[in-house]
Amino acid sequence: MPSRDEDAKIIPLPGDERSGSPGSPHPSRRSAGPRVPPPPSAAAHNGTAPRDAADPSEAAEQGEGADLHEGADLHEGADLHEGADSPEGADSPDEAERSGASPRAAGDLEAALAGALAFLRRRITGDYVVDEHGFDADLTEHVIAPLLRPLYKDYFRVETRGLENIPDTGGALVVANHSGTLPMDALMMATAILDHHPAHRNLRMLAADLVFAVPFLAPLARKIGNTLACQPDAERLLNAGHLVGVWPEGFKGVGKPFSERYTLQRFGRGGFVSSALRTGVPIIPCTIVGAEEIYPMIGNAKTLARLLGLPYVPITPTFPWLGLLGLIPLPSKWIIEFGEPVPTDTYPAEAADDPLLVFELTDSIRETIQHTLYSLLMQRRSVFF
Amino acid sequence: MRPRRVLVTGVARPLGAQAATALAADPDIESVVGVDTVTPDADLGRTRFVRADIRHPLIAKVISTAEIDTVLHLNVIATPLGAGGRTAMKEINVIGTMQLLAACQKARSVSKLVVKSTTSIYGSSARDPALFAEDTEPRSLPTAGYAKDAVEVEGYVRGFSRRRPDIAVTVLRFTNVLGPQSDSPLARYLDLPVVPTVLGFDPRIQLLHSDDALAVLLRAARGSHAGTFNVAGEGVLLLSQAIRRAGRANLPVPFPAIGMLGGVARRLRLVDFSAEQLDLLAHGRAVDTERLVSVFGYRPRYSTVETFDNFVQHRDLRFTLDHELVSRVEHGLTGSLRRRWLMGSS
Repeated sequence: MPSRDEDAKIIPLPGDERSGSPGSPHPSRRSAGPRVPPPPSAAAHNGTAPRDAADPSEAAEQGEGADLHEGADLHEGADLHEGADSPEGADSPDEAERSGASPRAAGDLEAALAGALAFLRRRITGDYVVDEHGFDADLTEHVIAPLLRPLYKDYFRVETRGLENIPDTGGALVVANHSGTLPMDALMMATAILDHHPAHRNLRMLAADLVFAVPFLAPLARKIGNTLACQPDAERLLNAGHLVGVWPEGFKGVGKPFSERYTLQRFGRGGFVSSALRTGVPIIPCTIVGAEEIYPMIGNAKTLARLLGLPYVPITPTFPWLGLLGLIPLPSKWIIEFGEPVPTDTYPAEAADDPLLVFELTDSIRETIQHTLYSLLMQRRSVFF
Repeated sequence: MRPRRVLVTGVARPLGAQAATALAADPDIESVVGVDTVTPDADLGRTRFVRADIRHPLIAKVISTAEIDTVLHLNVIATPLGAGGRTAMKEINVIGTMQLLAACQKARSVSKLVVKSTTSIYGSSARDPALFAEDTEPRSLPTAGYAKDAVEVEGYVRGFSRRRPDIAVTVLRFTNVLGPQSDSPLARYLDLPVVPTVLGFDPRIQLLHSDDALAVLLRAARGSHAGTFNVAGEGVLLLSQAIRRAGRANLPVPFPAIGMLGGVARRLRLVDFSAEQLDLLAHGRAVDTERLVSVFGYRPRYSTVETFDNFVQHRDLRFTLDHELVSRVEHGLTGSLRRRWLMGSS
């Protein structure tokens, strides 16, 4: 395992996009719209050790007042993707040459620590931007994404296909199947797009209202990009040019018994299609294989669920028998495939109010995902490999 | 139509006093009449102050004798002024509005009515969209307090505008107003040395600078902007973020306990913590101000974050956690780190 990835699990990433001075009211505008990433070559250049290492030290030498992060354009994610995608050390000769005396590992670690310190300072002083839906890009990219990355890469070994079907900019609606008792599939899909899509887009997710009523879960859900699955929120995000993820099966999908795995449930009432039609954004069907097996739900404690006001209380081979250990998901092998976008701007403006057309489109997208599910299942060698 | 003779209710309060003073300073306006039950502390310029209770039919006489053409109703209040408590507050809000509207309906001279309302009429729950637009149906109507009064007031105002369609009625739904001089429940809440929050929740809050609130009122009084508008600064702040920006510490309290704590605080006259504010502390609320910008034609000068920072600077809050210290510690640590690596590598 590359050592930088190890670091990333616990330490926020070295780069810092903020160029504003501490305490400025609008330090960053990046959450306002899709971020424009540096081209891959620039990212590779900027993300290397010497640049990172130089900035904090310069600032430290200049004393107070200097902004720690000259490299405001750094894309911190890029550093990691480099480590993940390219063979380790591919760019080291170049780096060693430029970093002069200080060894690369030391520079990396130092930059990582400086980045972590800067992140801590921002969190303590409240110097970050939260958008109107409550999305906190700083937290998502520096804490949540690094925590999910090892799950994505090493635990579920997610194989992502068809990322080119997601546009680099502009609104689009990703529609996926939902499974796994806990909505881990949504998190993995967001990780796939943030880490591996060339534009490193943040997926904004539409979640059920129950999520926002549960203490601790509610604020976290909003901070990582969830908002209520309702027409105004969906259309507001799409109109603002965000990439929106929706799981129209809802609780029926995520909480279905293991015996019904990989059979799609009803796709809501087609609300997602009318939102896409009204905003004219493409619908991208997405198929996730592997999430069904993480917590095989062999039973449902219905009485307890009713008491707690939950849609279901799962009984799996390990939960609740092993207590908290039962919460560890099984390490299934995942495939996420993004399909061909379905354009919606070819329909007339009043199409969203034509229920027949909406039902038809909903069904065709559901069919697409169901067929892709079958073909991916055929390709999969086994559940765990 | 330009206003010539203006009536402002609630001039004993800061916003009312400022609005009356600003209108009185306008040479195009013939006369400004200020009404309240209490004599205002501030100097209102050439505003004629009439000490009257809008709950009594006397107000009709004031309107007809002064031949008022524009009425600014700013007397829908969130906190009872002086003694009186909740009952008096409800009387002033609801009965006062009814009397005032009745008087306006009879007066032939009145052509414009501006009503200050609040975004708390939207309530706050987990099932509401992220932003409330003016036509959003709230999932849970407020059941008590100021918010309930405001819902009833808006109901009467709607009825009034149906009966007098010739009068341009502007309803301004203000979010929490915060300014250097604010003494609102929110300001007092954020002034606490340790701020109690609801355990496991982190609401989005939205603020409006008092300068913007005044500017919107004056624009509504001078122009003709019939309709209902949300008025709020751009963007949102998370409560936790606001507390950190103010250098405060927060004290998470479980939801059932915070109600009791609020009761104690109310009795000690520290903060007025009502049930609707509790919901706000759990679920937050933000409104869509698109109509304010595109239809009403006003873009608030201060964003929510700027409003808050401005408030913090002017309040001179005692910092529990000094931001400069945090910055210095950070620089010190990175500096020493750097030196260690330099020594290690050379």
